[in-house]
Amino acid sequence: MELLYASCVGLLVSCGVFLILRSRTFTVVLGLTMISYAVNLFLFSSGRLSLNQAAVLGTSTEYADPLPQAFVLTAIVIGFAMTAFVVILAIRGRADLGNDHVDGQAPNRNKNKNKNKNKNKNKKVKA
Amino acid sequence: MIQNLTFLPVLLPMLAGVILLMPPCGKNKTYRRITSVVLSAVTFLVSLALLLKVQADGIQVYAIGDWNAPFGIVLVADPLSTLLVCLTTLLGVVCTLYASAGDDAKGSFFHPLVHFLVLGVNGAFLTGDAFNLFVFFEVLLIASYSLLMHGGNKQNTRAALQYVIMNLVGSAVFLIALGVLYGVLGTLNMADMAQKVAHLQGDDVYLAKIGGLLLLVVFALKGALLPLYLWLPNTYATAMPVVAALFAIMTKVGVYSMMRVYTLIFGDEAGELSHMAQNWLWWLALATIVMGAIGVLASQDLRKLTANLVIVSVGTLVALVAVQTIEASSAAIYYLVHSTLVTAALFILADLIGRQRGKISDRITAGPPVSQPRLLGVCFLIAAVAVMGMPPLSGFIGKVWLLRATLNAEYTVVFWPLYLLASLAILLAVSKAGSTIFWHHQDNAKVTESAVKERVHPAQLVALIILISGAPLMSIFAGPLSEYAIGAATQLHDFNNNINLILSGGQ
Repeated sequence: MELLYASCVGLLVSCGVFLILRSRTFTVVLGLTMISYAVNLFLFSSGRLSLNQAAVLGTSTEYADPLPQAFVLTAIVIGFAMTAFVVILAIRGRADLGNDHVDGQAPNRNKNKNKNKNKNKNKKVKA
Repeated sequence: MIQNLTFLPVLLPMLAGVILLMPPCGKNKTYRRITSVVLSAVTFLVSLALLLKVQADGIQVYAIGDWNAPFGIVLVADPLSTLLVCLTTLLGVVCTLYASAGDDAKGSFFHPLVHFLVLGVNGAFLTGDAFNLFVFFEVLLIASYSLLMHGGNKQNTRAALQYVIMNLVGSAVFLIALGVLYGVLGTLNMADMAQKVAHLQGDDVYLAKIGGLLLLVVFALKGALLPLYLWLPNTYATAMPVVAALFAIMTKVGVYSMMRVYTLIFGDEAGELSHMAQNWLWWLALATIVMGAIGVLASQDLRKLTANLVIVSVGTLVALVAVQTIEASSAAIYYLVHSTLVTAALFILADLIGRQRGKISDRITAGPPVSQPRLLGVCFLIAAVAVMGMPPLSGFIGKVWLLRATLNAEYTVVFWPLYLLASLAILLAVSKAGSTIFWHHQDNAKVTESAVKERVHPAQLVALIILISGAPLMSIFAGPLSEYAIGAATQLHDFNNNINLILSGGQ
């Protein structure tokens, strides 16, 4: 179980880091979400992984640590709010700056492509 | 009421924020402004009362919901944290007052957001629990995100987007660090953590080390230390200056957390892990000072120059934190108060100068003269002398003190020349900026006529004077202030007393 759990967290983090390093806000937001999932799982495991243990007193002979669960709950709520905020901000950035690049302007390579596309479109229209 | 005094600096801004959202303050601009300024002044007075109480009765420990440490969350009001709470609330008063002259109408919800930011910063200063620290960080961050966007333009959106993404990654790292530390220590109460760190054995030591250094990454991001400071100049220079003035305290939250974590938890008594971050802090701080000084020299406008001054001050503070002696910490406390007030004053001055020079704004080139050269010139002179560290103002005292405090440190040979060169760079850049702005005018008559002749609004003037008077007052009352700082630093380094007080609930 530990191996599965650890590799899940690791996979999520590596996907998240890869996505965050991309240049478009959408992928960055996806990456942030993935990392926050991974963080939540990781926090949960800080109270040790165990089966069939209750967090409430008087319901079991052995108890799980309830504190990490409270941490995760808090982290989920905060992460949710922050993700919502960054999504709105990304949309506003798209509207204000005219593109969804994290630097606010697309690199030249893409501009040329867009120009070519526009040219093609123009040609089609003319044709 | 009195026994809940410790919690009031957190509770009052929250109530203020809520009150300001409701009618009649929600609709009516005048009501909103008056209520906001009055409530922030009340918060400031309450913080002062807390300061006096802490001075009289020693550390106040407040267990939220009466759940005692280490199980419940505690707020710890010691001399250091209350001093910073007072500083924050003072900045809150100044910023609400300054913005009441018209800046708050550029977007919605300025006043509630300022109060929420003050709530977060106060909470971060007062809390004695690492997870609670994370929560308050998030509170202050989400308020700062929105304030950053306040009255913004395109540049603003870009800077805000990068700032938000950086900080979200920072929050993720913070949670991972807390997870690691909780997994190893089984507690997140800072006093309890400090007690348990010394008894770690085997692999747990390395895990705790990983956790502690991950925390360093987070605090370096919040405090704008070298590899993670790149967000700061853009963010602070594109935010509204009054917001940037308020943000002057936010980098200090990172520095303060470093002080707490690396002197209390990983300090003298931490066994194998004692002073583990010292080397990192030291070299990163030096590099930050260098980069900040280069930034100061290269700045094209006054706001960016001030933003780079913030970076230099953070570097200096972190270097002092890395020395980890009582003297260095007390110098750091004095310097922290001084640098916060002065940079806030400079941001506000940059705004006023920019308004009076019309289109050319606060760029450091010859342009139309400001319409109130005497007032702004004198204020700029005081702020500049203070920030350069020239006698007789507070910057000089801070500088001498911190140089003396680092005299016996390990790397003084590197620190002194670098720091003095950085001061020289600041002196050059600031005096050039001042002389260009106030003395080099374009003779072009058209430019002069077209410049907007805006006078300083009385509210702005009061706010400016409060901030500017900080520097002379801090040097006039340097005696009591430095005594206070030494007392606070002694308290910070008094390991056993701290732990016992906090874990026993302050009795």
